[in-house]
Amino acid sequence: MQRIDSREMLNELRHQSKQVVENSRCRILICAGTGCLAGGSGEIYDKMCELIAACPDVEVHFGPEIAHGDGPMEVKKSGCHGFCEMGPLMRIEPMGILYTKVSVDDCEEIFESTIKKGELISRLLYKQNGVEYQKQEEIPFYKKQTRLVLENCGHIDAEHIDDALAHDGYQALAKALHEMTPEEVVEQIYESNLRGRGGGGFQTGYKWKQVARQPEKIRYVVCNGDEGDPGAFMDRSIMEGDPHKMIEGMAIAAYAVGAQEGYIYVRAEYPLAINRLKKAIADAMECGLLGDNIMGTDFSFKLHINRGAGAFVCGEGSALTASIEGNRGMPRVKPPRTVEQGLFDKPTVLNNVETYANVPMIVLKGAEWFKGIGPENSPGTKAFALTGSVKNTGLIEVPMGTTLREVIFDIGGGIKNDGEFKAVQIGGPSGGCLMTPHLDINLDFDSLKKMGAMIGSGGLVVMDTNTCMVEVARFFMNFTQNESCGKCVPCREGTKRMLEILERIVAGKGELADLDLLEELAETITETALCGLGKSAALPVMSTLKLFRDEYIEHVVDKKCKSHTCTAMRNYIINPDLCKGCSKCARNCPVSAITGQIKEPFTIDQAKCIKCGACQGNCAFGAIYVE
Amino acid sequence: MKYITINNRKVPFEDEKNLLSVIRKAGIDLPTFCYHSELSTYGACRMCVVEDDRGRVFASCSETPRDGMVIYTNTPKLQHHRKLILELLLASHCRDCTTCRENGVCTLQKLARQLGVDDVRFQNTKEQLPKDTSSNCIVIDPNKCILCGDCVRTCEEIQGVGVLNFAHRGSNMRVTPAFGKPMSETDCVGCGQCRVVCPTGAITIKSNVHAVWDLVYDKTKRVVVQIAPAVRVAIGDKFGIP
Ligand SMILES: Cc1cc2nc3c(=O)[nH]c(=O)nc-3n(C[C@H](O)[C@H](O)[C@H](O)COP(=O)(O)O)c2cc1C
Ligand code: SF4
Ligand code: SF4
Ligand code: FES
Repeated sequence: MQRIDSREMLNELRHQSKQVVENSRCRILICAGTGCLAGGSGEIYDKMCELIAACPDVEVHFGPEIAHGDGPMEVKKSGCHGFCEMGPLMRIEPMGILYTKVSVDDCEEIFESTIKKGELISRLLYKQNGVEYQKQEEIPFYKKQTRLVLENCGHIDAEHIDDALAHDGYQALAKALHEMTPEEVVEQIYESNLRGRGGGGFQTGYKWKQVARQPEKIRYVVCNGDEGDPGAFMDRSIMEGDPHKMIEGMAIAAYAVGAQEGYIYVRAEYPLAINRLKKAIADAMECGLLGDNIMGTDFSFKLHINRGAGAFVCGEGSALTASIEGNRGMPRVKPPRTVEQGLFDKPTVLNNVETYANVPMIVLKGAEWFKGIGPENSPGTKAFALTGSVKNTGLIEVPMGTTLREVIFDIGGGIKNDGEFKAVQIGGPSGGCLMTPHLDINLDFDSLKKMGAMIGSGGLVVMDTNTCMVEVARFFMNFTQNESCGKCVPCREGTKRMLEILERIVAGKGELADLDLLEELAETITETALCGLGKSAALPVMSTLKLFRDEYIEHVVDKKCKSHTCTAMRNYIINPDLCKGCSKCARNCPVSAITGQIKEPFTIDQAKCIKCGACQGNCAFGAIYVE
Repeated sequence: MKYITINNRKVPFEDEKNLLSVIRKAGIDLPTFCYHSELSTYGACRMCVVEDDRGRVFASCSETPRDGMVIYTNTPKLQHHRKLILELLLASHCRDCTTCRENGVCTLQKLARQLGVDDVRFQNTKEQLPKDTSSNCIVIDPNKCILCGDCVRTCEEIQGVGVLNFAHRGSNMRVTPAFGKPMSETDCVGCGQCRVVCPTGAITIKSNVHAVWDLVYDKTKRVVVQIAPAVRVAIGDKFGIP
């Protein structure tokens, strides 16, 4: 790769890379995100490469209305497309076809029919409500989204810098370095009102201003790629799918605040993201987009990757910097704040992956453009990880202020198995729940905060009526309790006690007084804990207690779990009208709790039953039900 | 002159490092476990919480004093928080007070009495760990440790030895030498400063009194006494001399 030592040269390379893309007869982008790789997309990639290598000059026929170049065919590994539910995914350009649930066995047919003859393979196309979608852009899941940060994810080869350059990579950095002073860059980000996507929603420009103002001249920019929320994978997808966008954002931040070095903190459980970032940094170093005298200017910036051991608390700013320094990942008291004395006690800009990925667009298109998207107080878009009982799960990006209804029913396609919507848990272990009356709430920092929920890093877990809210609260409390660093008393001891109480309740041993005790503990933990983990640890419990108190009461008073989720409270009953007396259930019961006479209805001794459900699974007549 | 209004009283201050120092200078006794003016501020016990005029609750040991601040140190809300925090500490604490060497001088015991914790609603479900009696002078009983970190910081910051640190996380966190080694295999110099700062009976000085009596009465022995630094510290500790 040539060294880029001027803006002209960057443009020249962009032009060349664009030409390669445009001239290509056909580009096949195979999703190589973590989800699709697990589904076998690596083999699909190999197979397609093999097929194309065997006849590189194959003629393509896509029909008259689709223009294509006549350069070589390309097979690329892209980052996550977001539609993980339907993976492994394959996108074929220039038509823009999206094939879903592709397997290695489909490759030959794809090559023979679609690529050679332009014929579509119906079984691989996405269908919803009887409609078949040929183009990726037309699928409702994508159509209702506004993909800006994720624009390139799934559309470019994440492992080669040329593809990033062809898609305007590093153009914003070039603009900042050549047309703007550092102060102007800070001012532009400040003007855009970009708010941190890591959960807090703190104004990014304000943070940069504070760092730029410090007397100390050695400064750092740090990227928070810890992404500890269970179920969240927005940051991972950006790091895997478009690493250069985030790196460019960090370089711009470094230029703006006068930093010389940067660190990316990624959890070690993201090996693919780490490898892609390593490759991206090495490529950018090699062609002079990182390192000394970037693009021939006197701005120099070095970037390091730091792997974290995957502790949720290490996402907290001061724990993260402590961890990079090689110390125990434990939050410290503030002041001093990270902007004054962060990493190695130097002024530090700490931003989230998605926050950095927003920066290049703002620099290129301006603050006014950015403010035009979403509400005034929370402009821009937000990526969410949509999971749970919704038809289309995956990674989505919508303008801030989009309603929950649009996200769940339009993009998500509604509730799985045509079930009934019950609640959505937003913001992960530090977030709260929202119910049907809240469906028209706008998803932005302030609206959610008012409702006792929070955007957090963007996890959205949709729940249907088969979900037990007490169990949901127990699940999140178990997570936070495990992840508490142990430093301060309310969080260390308080979450342990809250978890014990919740465990008691789901085991059918709770009492009414336990609900008061939960609230009492929640209040003290929230008000007195040292860091954000403890301060928000009780939110899932408090919000479910508020919205679904009847469910809690049912658990502690009636010892019943309506959704039959809490095993301890299930009663397996044999319906005498359906039971044929075959004794199969009795033979399969591990504790011999079932007795009866052959050809007569059998019965279950509730005192002996350990609620394992083996009988129900074994009854050929569906005679066993749960109460 | 800069002032902070504490419990409706105007208190002047100059360059105090933190709000807690201003409060104490005003003669108000705010309970703490993890604050020592000569150590770095750790902020873990949360006993030093105060409330401001907007109802915001925060730890005073780690708050910069600002002119015009209005704070309260003993509102019902704060009393409740402190009492619950103490209850939580006691719930996971070995409560064999009668046989504890620190009985009567233990800060945890003293505060629990002072703040009226007369009932603990939680079982001690913590894993009970063995005492480390390997060292000739320092005995560590992890079941009495409240993880205030005072010993860790004293050993590191004041003595410059750095024998003790934290291991594990959440409710499994404990204070131990690196790699869980016994104290006898560390560089501990036996200065006993960790005992001085420990607010509970988690760190005590090994008693050789019975062995000495035996030797004193051993007719075949000539007894010469030499006193280790830790012993002097233990005596000083009893008289409040650091
Ligand atoms: C317990 C805890 C975990 C956090 N985890 C993350 C995380 O995984 N990723 C992240 O970007 N921010 C996380 N944060 C927020 C960070 O502390 C910090 O506010 C954020 O990285 C700042 O970047 P932003 O302004 O761009 O959002 C966490 C905060 C807390 C208290
Ligand atoms: S709130 Fe929890 S995670 Fe944060 S410092 Fe306290 S113990 Fe550690
Ligand atoms: S041993 Fe004592 S001083 Fe050390 S952390 Fe435990 S309670 Fe605090
Ligand atoms: S003295 Fe402030 S938290 Fe311990």
